[in-house]
Amino acid sequence: MTREVQAPLVTVEVDDQRVEIPEASTLLQAIRAAGKDVPTLCYHPVLEPIGVCRVCVVEVEGSRTLVPACIRRVEPGMRVRTETPRVELSRRMVVELLQTSVDTSLAPDVQRYAAEYGARPERWQPFAREGFRTRRAPKVDNDLYVRDLDRCILCYRCVRACGEEGQSSFAIAVAGRGLGARIDPGFDLPLPDSACVFCGNCLAVCPTEALVPKTQFEMRRAGTWDERRQQVVTTTCPYCGVGCKLNLHVQDNRIVKVTAPLEDPITRGFLCVKGRFGWTYVHAGTASGPGSEAEPSTPAGTL
Amino acid sequence: MSAIPFRGWGVELQRLEHVPPPTPEEQQALGRVWGHLRPEERVGRRDLLLPALWAVQEARGWISYPAAAAICRELGLPLADVYGVASFYALLATEPRPRRMIHLCDDIVCMLRGAEALAQILHRHLGDPLEVPAHGETYGQRSLPDGTKSPEGSLPRVGWSRSPCLGQCERGAAALVGESMLLGLTPESLGERVRAWLRGEEGPAEATLPPTHLGWKGEGTPLLLARCGRISPTSLEDYRALGGYQGLQRALAIGPEATIQEVERSGLIGRGGAAFPTGRKWALAAREAPPRYVVCNADESEPGTFKDRVLLEKDPFSVIEGLTIAGYAVGAERGYIYVRGEYPEAYRTVVQALEAARAAGYLGSRILGTHFSFDIEVRRGAGAYVCGEETALFNSIEGFRGEPRNRPPFPTQVGLFRRPTAINNVETLACVPPVLARGGEWYAHLGTERSKGTKLVCVSGHVARPGVYEVPFGVPVRTVVEDLAGGVPAGGRVQAVLCGGAAGTFLLPEELDTPLAVEALQAVGAALGSGALVVFDERTDLWAVVERIARFFRDESCGQCVPCRVGTQRQLELVEELRRGGGRADPHLRGLLEELAQVMRDASICGLGQLAANAVLSSLRFLGRMP
Ligand SMILES: Cc1cc2nc3c(=O)[nH]c(=O)nc-3n(C[C@H](O)[C@H](O)[C@H](O)COP(=O)(O)O)c2cc1C
Ligand code: SF4
Ligand code: SF4
Ligand code: SF4
Ligand code: FES
Ligand code: FES
Repeated sequence: MTREVQAPLVTVEVDDQRVEIPEASTLLQAIRAAGKDVPTLCYHPVLEPIGVCRVCVVEVEGSRTLVPACIRRVEPGMRVRTETPRVELSRRMVVELLQTSVDTSLAPDVQRYAAEYGARPERWQPFAREGFRTRRAPKVDNDLYVRDLDRCILCYRCVRACGEEGQSSFAIAVAGRGLGARIDPGFDLPLPDSACVFCGNCLAVCPTEALVPKTQFEMRRAGTWDERRQQVVTTTCPYCGVGCKLNLHVQDNRIVKVTAPLEDPITRGFLCVKGRFGWTYVHAGTASGPGSEAEPSTPAGTL
Repeated sequence: MSAIPFRGWGVELQRLEHVPPPTPEEQQALGRVWGHLRPEERVGRRDLLLPALWAVQEARGWISYPAAAAICRELGLPLADVYGVASFYALLATEPRPRRMIHLCDDIVCMLRGAEALAQILHRHLGDPLEVPAHGETYGQRSLPDGTKSPEGSLPRVGWSRSPCLGQCERGAAALVGESMLLGLTPESLGERVRAWLRGEEGPAEATLPPTHLGWKGEGTPLLLARCGRISPTSLEDYRALGGYQGLQRALAIGPEATIQEVERSGLIGRGGAAFPTGRKWALAAREAPPRYVVCNADESEPGTFKDRVLLEKDPFSVIEGLTIAGYAVGAERGYIYVRGEYPEAYRTVVQALEAARAAGYLGSRILGTHFSFDIEVRRGAGAYVCGEETALFNSIEGFRGEPRNRPPFPTQVGLFRRPTAINNVETLACVPPVLARGGEWYAHLGTERSKGTKLVCVSGHVARPGVYEVPFGVPVRTVVEDLAGGVPAGGRVQAVLCGGAAGTFLLPEELDTPLAVEALQAVGAALGSGALVVFDERTDLWAVVERIARFFRDESCGQCVPCRVGTQRQLELVEELRRGGGRADPHLRGLLEELAQVMRDASICGLGQLAANAVLSSLRFLGRMP
């Protein structure tokens, strides 16, 4: 986030430590400026905060409820506590609730916070029957990426990356409500029939592998995906003149995934279908991207 | 198309143009929504999305892919967003469903009137209930009662679903069918009707409606109910003959600042639940830069609450006048009334009353010859309790999913269409004309120290005369329940009174002398909330009530934040488990429930999640004691 250099400073207290920070900063920025941190899930550095997961909550003096640090702006004299039992109770339970409702086994952040806060999802098991888990089969409807929504924690990151903050395709949104809320391109259309251009930017921001490159999904299933054996090679995308920086993830001399560094001011981690998925041609020797060929059609049964 | 709504629009449009056109009836329905707007004026009018979805829903009984695609093309919206909005609301269907849908209320008051027996009747005739879209992916994939799947041609004539409180608690059991409400239902009357519908007949004519009792007691009353039932609701002459529009005249005479001061002096506090001082809210909005908006929150969906419906159906001009005064005070040129989707009668009445007010120069440009120009639009909700939360309501009007926003910023700073907005409850606005007409000082001497004026209380459940009663603040709960509503019918005793609806608190018989006032209720750990008192006699299975409340929150969570989306489901399961265990509050379960309750209260985005454990926890005070 770029800020005006001369923005007036505001003084806040984070766990008794005074921090001076430009006004309009978030509590999260203030907390980090104080050398502390809080867990985050829906927050993503290249996206505007929306404050929905509630794992980043902190205590703010005078506030009736806890306050999400990622989205709340600093105010002069604010006193913030990041490590109280009340805060820890909420964080632990948010993690537990996620663990009891979806498959978080491939969500490293959730795993890390679970360990850090001592989450014990199993204590809910005996009472939770129907509705304990939302069970959704993976949707494999194209060659580039899989929607394994049984892993989705509904952080809205993908929706934002596909919208005006990233791709501006608006191909996916949250549909339904409550526990039935889910990421959907509309009428449960297969992705090739949707507005998706397969830029893969949603995958890039997904913290759970709910949206995952098909190669990665298949290698996981086959038991061959092994990040410890992967190396990351930085290169420049050969497909057009923009020259986006790419990180090639290489395992056993094969490219298994392409990402873009978040710090890169040009891409901010976002790519197009060619940069993200063009490498498949390197190995497969074919050049058919489903994005370009998608013929609009009507899903059976809704006409 | 001149404007490009978003960068990917070209791809989206190309695709949408391949979708077959909507049916003529869908097209006509949409035409009525677009009205005189030229095609290029429709792009960017996202606020027309919900009206458009309503129109095609009514025309065909569900929202088809071609109809949704047509809406996208006209408004310049992506299909994913349109589907995201349509699938949010319980009254909108995104899969074919029977033309005639019976939304049977099985909520906490109707269940005392045999809602389960009614559900069995429907089950016998119509098979399984259709689930609301809230429950996601199973919806539409399940087979219909006759074993077929979706295709419209083979749909049965009639379908049904369970519904949360329909705001008809005083004359339930209730069911919403299309644009009409079935009231005072019995298994016989419902069965007869359904059989007629299945034969393709219209069914018996409406039997006489059960009454809505109105009454009052104490100083200053009747103030809000003074005209209800005595006038023809949409007759402006009647309204004026009984003091109507004197408040607006006074406001226009003294100017906006003095109008706000008058309201501040009255001590009027919001009747929508949060008890925020109305005058202060207006002052906060008025000091922000224009354009500003005023909004009337008529989404009344708190189980056990029906006072706003009664006001809108019986004295709509009082609310319209109140909103007009608010608009004048705040400096707004436009106001919105957001009426709950399940209130077709209130909606029709308000639309008619607005036309009459406009025709007589009480709305429009240069009202009553002054420089003040103001008009009001009505919008309909579509089945979502959470849309009563003020910021969710803004999103709903704007054509987004009805998800509450994080605050700050507050609505007075960033509200409807991201502009400064003063939003008030129906009853709050109905208090405004008398405050102006008779003066803030006069109003402030009614009620108690911190709770000024009179209050409408909805009494339902096990009482002789369920209805809406007006009392000055400070009158004991017992007076309203026993003197006005007639108490528990002969032979019964009060077991508990739920004060404030599903988000409220149970009061025990020994607490019934608590005065109805913000400060007094606070002292016993309760709150007046929406002003609902649901009375349960000693034979009621309160565990069933508590479980229904837990289900209500699970069903109505918008799903945005984890503590509420998952927490309300876990809470329901814990309550079910406690109930199965014979009602003994197992300390382990209880501990877990209390922990969950604290996290929902502490970490949820909006009041829905924050209050979702209120009633459940308060029931444990006494249910836990039972053998
Ligand atoms: C889940 C939820 C539902 C609500 N429903 C309503 C409602 O139906 N009607 C209403 O007036 N206020 C409702 N409110 C309160 C509103 O957010 C808001 O406080 C109120 O409209 C302000 O008006 P007032 O100041 O006149 O009370 C609800 C709040 C929450 C959290
Ligand atoms: S791949 Fe790109 S266009 Fe497709 S849903 Fe993801 S972000 Fe949107
Ligand atoms: S799919 Fe991934 S990015 Fe999208 S909401 Fe779910 S967890 Fe978040
Ligand atoms: S508390 Fe519940 S209703 Fe409110 S924003 Fe969170 S999920 Fe939605
Ligand atoms: S990271 Fe702050 S609410 Fe999700
Ligand atoms: S109308 Fe059924 S409980 Fe209110």
